[in-house]
Amino acid sequence: MNPDLVGRVFAPVSPYLVGREKVREFARAVFATSPLNHDPVAASAAGYADVVAPPTFAVVLQEATLAQLLAEPDAGIDFSRVVHGEQRFSYTRPIVAGDELTATLSVTSVKTLGGNAMVTAESVIVDPQGSHVVTAISTLVVRGDDA
Amino acid sequence: MNLDKLDHRSIAVGDVVAERTFSLTRDSLVRYAGASGDFNPIHYRDDVATSVGLPGVLAHGMLTMGVAVQPVVDWLGTNGWVADYGVRFTRPVVVDPLEGASVTVVAKVGVVGEGTARIDLTVTYNNETVLGKAQVQVTFR
Repeated sequence: MNPDLVGRVFAPVSPYLVGREKVREFARAVFATSPLNHDPVAASAAGYADVVAPPTFAVVLQEATLAQLLAEPDAGIDFSRVVHGEQRFSYTRPIVAGDELTATLSVTSVKTLGGNAMVTAESVIVDPQGSHVVTAISTLVVRGDDA
Repeated sequence: MNLDKLDHRSIAVGDVVAERTFSLTRDSLVRYAGASGDFNPIHYRDDVATSVGLPGVLAHGMLTMGVAVQPVVDWLGTNGWVADYGVRFTRPVVVDPLEGASVTVVAKVGVVGEGTARIDLTVTYNNETVLGKAQVQVTFR
């Protein structure tokens, strides 16, 4: 993998509009049954503008940014050898339906360990005012030829 | 005292706040693939999984991560939210086409702060830990 990737900042991906049915669909997929995830009335009663996305929902937005990294011509990342090593989400506030969010990826670390390479990339996700909502951080392990 | 109200004063380090077992099936994987947009075939095709040297079709790591936090979300209810959540993917969860896979989550208080807490998750499948350093930072509201 190309060590010069560290510090590279990618172009923001086009804004993602969080739909209520998408939140519900994702919630069902991760066995989330809280009324906050499904019922706008319950969410509103708890002080949220609309249904609340589960904590790992930001991966849906992060996906498009990681695709940028994997497609980078000089990155040298073979997708068929990529394994997800670590994942983290750091929120300023929960995502709710109706949010329009923009994600920007940067590469924060590239390491080689044994025959494997590890790349850490973070996607900073903001609202239309530029206020931070969540940062999604992934470490991908690219297995070497012998691994 | 309002019994419904939960905050950092209601808990102590070491308390188990939630415990649950989830049954993942191949249906769960297809549903998660559609909802998340992760259509890697190792999560639904035995032939592809086998061809890349895997023991079988695997659950998406992000599905395991997403499911594992739910007991904490339900414990919090409207009393708080998940501000930070991180995991390491240490072992794959193989999902048998007939039997599925049973994933157990134990959520224990790791740190108590002012209006916050860190909840540590132990997530196991076949009596082995599948997520390492699974920590949920919650903010009470």
